[in-house]
Amino acid sequence: MSNDTPSNGKPNSGTPNSLRNGPDDTGRFGTFGGMFVAETLMPLIKDLTAEYERAKVDPAYLEMMDDFLKHYVGRPSPLYYAERLTKHLGGAKIYFKRDELNHTGAHKINNVLGQILLALRMGKKRIIAETGAGQHGVATATVCARFGLKCIVFMGAVDVERQKPNVFRMKLLGAEIVPVTSGTSTLKDAMNEALRDWVSNVDDTFYCIGTAAGPHPYPEMVRDFQCVIGREAKEQMLEREGRLPDSLIAAIGGGSNAIGLFHPFLDDPSVEMFGVEAAGRGLDTAEHAASMTGGAPGVLHGNRTYLLMDEDGQINDAHSISAGLDYPGVGPEHAWLKDNGRVNYISATDDEALEAFQLCCKLEGIIPALEPSHALAQVMKLAPTFDKDHLMIMNMCGRGDKDIFTVADHLGVTI
Amino acid sequence: MTALTRIDTRFEKLKAEGRAALVTFVTAGDPDFDTAMEIVNGLPGAGADIIELGMPFTDPMADGPAIQAASLRALNVGHNMHKTLDMVRAFRKNDDETPIVLMGYYNPVFIYGNDKFLADAKEAGVDGLIIVDLPPEEDSELCIPAMKAGLNFIRLATPTTDDKRLPKVLTNTSGFLYYVSVLGVTGTKAPVASTVGDAVKRIKRHTKDMGDIPVCVGFGVRTSEQAHDIAKNADGVVAGSVLVDAITDNLDENGKPGPNTATAVHNVVKQLAAGIKAAAQKN
Repeated sequence: MSNDTPSNGKPNSGTPNSLRNGPDDTGRFGTFGGMFVAETLMPLIKDLTAEYERAKVDPAYLEMMDDFLKHYVGRPSPLYYAERLTKHLGGAKIYFKRDELNHTGAHKINNVLGQILLALRMGKKRIIAETGAGQHGVATATVCARFGLKCIVFMGAVDVERQKPNVFRMKLLGAEIVPVTSGTSTLKDAMNEALRDWVSNVDDTFYCIGTAAGPHPYPEMVRDFQCVIGREAKEQMLEREGRLPDSLIAAIGGGSNAIGLFHPFLDDPSVEMFGVEAAGRGLDTAEHAASMTGGAPGVLHGNRTYLLMDEDGQINDAHSISAGLDYPGVGPEHAWLKDNGRVNYISATDDEALEAFQLCCKLEGIIPALEPSHALAQVMKLAPTFDKDHLMIMNMCGRGDKDIFTVADHLGVTI
Repeated sequence: MTALTRIDTRFEKLKAEGRAALVTFVTAGDPDFDTAMEIVNGLPGAGADIIELGMPFTDPMADGPAIQAASLRALNVGHNMHKTLDMVRAFRKNDDETPIVLMGYYNPVFIYGNDKFLADAKEAGVDGLIIVDLPPEEDSELCIPAMKAGLNFIRLATPTTDDKRLPKVLTNTSGFLYYVSVLGVTGTKAPVASTVGDAVKRIKRHTKDMGDIPVCVGFGVRTSEQAHDIAKNADGVVAGSVLVDAITDNLDENGKPGPNTATAVHNVVKQLAAGIKAAAQKN
């Protein structure tokens, strides 16, 4: 563990000018965040907030978390020097934070573990989750299987069709999959349906949200669980290079892997940060998922944040080759970090991500997920602009096994 | 605090008559502007005492499939917030007494612009607002500005709103309190009259210190009998999904309304109104 942050506690509280003190008591990061939910859910959200406040300072909870992170998830994940990619690009020294090596193949399990241990404390026996690509669903089904909890995963009917391997994985793990056909049958509709289930089953159900978004306390809680990524990376970089990195780069859908990497570095002004949204077929088209670089502030799913919507406030569909980035909103802390300028938010298109995906396979022998391939696409652009002593960490937040069918399809290959 | 709205006046009148209010919900612009207008114009004649007009939203998290489908039908034919306010203006040309409450979700209001929305809604003839995803914790967003603008801000209370929380929910609530009688989304479960009666009694213990605000009960009310049973215990009965279903059941295979679509809705309202009137006579 790093020196300045308790395992899951609120970091640096009491430092007045810190960028790491959010959210405030109303769940706000600046004007973003909040608790925009129906009255039925308010008492549940208050209970959850209170229980999380107790848990995060309870040594028994933190010890159990650390133990499972180490022996079940396989943490710490390595910080790997991508030597051939570095040479190929001819600029910054590139490191991968290898969260794709976690159990279940992505960063998602860091968060799920924290929430399920909380659900156990609260005596909740029925876990619901939404999923897009299926990674969060698989992680939730996995941890539920481990603790013998009932798991119900809401998934847009469109995603059920295009993510068949993950659907089967979840079923093997004992989860019930509910295909969602309301609205546009994608991730946002899966989240609507999970919220509807929650208001209908308030007594025994815990809603395990997959990203650092939704009503307070989820953005804070999910961030805290994902901060293990940044804490480890900081410690590992200090050990390897004797100093902090110069830049961090991560893909942004809801933004949980990115906030997990960034947050422990927010008060280190020398560290530049880049969040990469999915530009789909281009920001000049209607088919992208870049809510910050191509959207505006609004209120959806319990929080105020940047959204893709029309001039009447109706939510637009997101598009990305990566189902994990295919969401018309973003976590509220990112919205705040965009407006205060601490993080640079940029984007990469489907085609750029595909090119980066292939380059990484060939040069590093790592098949990345399509989500971090968006970050890699920007590494390809940014790294050559930096000096050779510039240290860059890219969050390799998921592995690409799940994506090989999508990639094959785009490359015109029949498997 | 605020001047009396049409809602306050209507409840005073009904109290004098000794009868509960029938509050009817339909979605603005569903299935198209003209049919929705015909439906709304006929609601008072069919027995509705208060009109709730849904502001369509793509992602209505607290509503069941019927009302979400109604929102999408309206949006698909080009409905928007301006047209919702146009409907209110058109209604007010012939009816200056029946209260109108706009009900929906915060984002379309926020994007329209809160101050502009409140001014335009008041000018159009709106009396109250129900914004499902604005709990008391977010009162500074729209609730307090709405009160200042002379609009009632009607809050939902649910079975999860316990005695400790009820005062928080009731503070800044005006017009009436909307008690959501079941845990779940609109239109999926039926309320149980006996538990509704107990819940209303529980709420009344709190409201008597807070201006004795009327309590209306809804979510899942479909039949004349249910309306009758709830009317015995509450100040009003809210019905929504059953009216939306009447629209859905009277569309052709292309989703277009026919000559009977509005009449079908009005017939349902007449039955519900009869249930409520019968409850009054027995009291």
